[in-house]
Amino acid sequence: MRVQHRAVGGPRVTSLLGPHAPTLSAHLDLFGPLPDCGGRELLDQIAQAGLTGRGGGHFATARKLALVAGTPNAIVIANAAEGEPASSKDRVLLGDAAHLVLDGLTLVARIAGARSTHLAGPADLLDGVVTTALRDRPERHVRLHAVPAGFVAGQETSIAAFISGRPARPVTLTRPLMTGGIAGRPTVVLNVETLAHIALIARFGAAWFRAGGVPDDPGTRLVTISGAVREPGVWEARGGTTLGEIIDVAGGVTQPVQALLIGGYHGCWVPWTPRAATSALTRAGLQEYGATPGAGVVVALPAQRCGIRAAAEIAAYLAGESTGQCGPCRNGLPTIAQHLNDLAQSRATDETVRELYLLSDMVDGRGACRHPDGTARFVRSSLHVFAAEVADHRAGRCTAPPGRAAELPRRRRLY
Amino acid sequence: MNAELIVDWTRCEGRGVCLDLLPGSLRPDDWGYPLAPHPGVRILIDGDSYEAATTAVRECPRLALRLATPS
Repeated sequence: MRVQHRAVGGPRVTSLLGPHAPTLSAHLDLFGPLPDCGGRELLDQIAQAGLTGRGGGHFATARKLALVAGTPNAIVIANAAEGEPASSKDRVLLGDAAHLVLDGLTLVARIAGARSTHLAGPADLLDGVVTTALRDRPERHVRLHAVPAGFVAGQETSIAAFISGRPARPVTLTRPLMTGGIAGRPTVVLNVETLAHIALIARFGAAWFRAGGVPDDPGTRLVTISGAVREPGVWEARGGTTLGEIIDVAGGVTQPVQALLIGGYHGCWVPWTPRAATSALTRAGLQEYGATPGAGVVVALPAQRCGIRAAAEIAAYLAGESTGQCGPCRNGLPTIAQHLNDLAQSRATDETVRELYLLSDMVDGRGACRHPDGTARFVRSSLHVFAAEVADHRAGRCTAPPGRAAELPRRRRLY
Repeated sequence: MNAELIVDWTRCEGRGVCLDLLPGSLRPDDWGYPLAPHPGVRILIDGDSYEAATTAVRECPRLALRLATPS
């Protein structure tokens, strides 16, 4: 038995989260040495493992890596720039297992034939745990990039732009980064959790990884749970874990809960019902709610809070996080936020709700990044799931107590 | 020939040249940016408007347009 830490849904021999910031020797004691496998062999293992991107995109990691494997001059980037305020998993992972992430980065460099690699993330983590970990290691090829905070600063194209010396803002691609990214060179950006899984797959194999989950959601994933639960924090959940199990492992709810926000501020609300408790935190399990796990975010909204006021607060935050590069997002998101605020303040006319749906359709898909699309999805979900509160507000009533709508995560928190 | 008109939203400033050239394929949104006439985000160009679409790509003062043809 090596390490078992905060695993949901049964014991697991080895997990991503472990003793805080182990030294390299403790890391090697825990996981064993980095195997000397070839890039091709490892790529096959990752494909058989069925690993998907843990940054929220769920793209098959092996397919991404196959595009850069064996190309000349490839650039490999580890992304720890977690822009989502309701997610802390990348921060916790780097704090607990920076060596696992760096192992993954070295392995991907081997697959891609890359000579230099990059790690982009918040300055305090780079200066702290990452620099400390690198001091112990033989690699001299990792370049660190302190990415400024911002909801869209962690998007793949923002990170590539930033490493090219431009602001960390999304850019329009004419072809995928993998075939022509930074300076036309094949570029692959991988979330740090994805890299940590690669380091474990290289050691323990595809079958071991798959045994950590279910066939349609192999392996484990890190989940950040916040809101009305007793023990908010970051947990490692086996693939196929249900929403009920996730709430249980976080100590259960502190008060009656009406809905879970799944997938973060670009995500969807799932009404908290006995049926939802049996739904898996997987793409298939969440399909009926229009949600996806995203980067593994679950926020529990108390029943006595107003869903529309919570939605208005989040929409205002998202509007403020538009980089203003694209007209539909720059103009549309503040208008959406204003309308939702009018509704939350019970100042809405009959037109307001209709206008919110029209505006959501109008911004959807019309930007260099997914910020307008994600905001539209969140607004539609809010109007749908909190339909009864929408009706109350249109009649000039709000049944929730005054004050802030919810203790929604605003900034990253260290748990 | 069918094609899709792709807008680089970081370049587009809603100058409206494409809206003049492609009235059947585009309408302005609330702020003057080009929008497909029906719900959905793709701007599809049919054979009849292909010529006008290539003109729009060439004449866009912001060089924000390109035509993608299905391969």
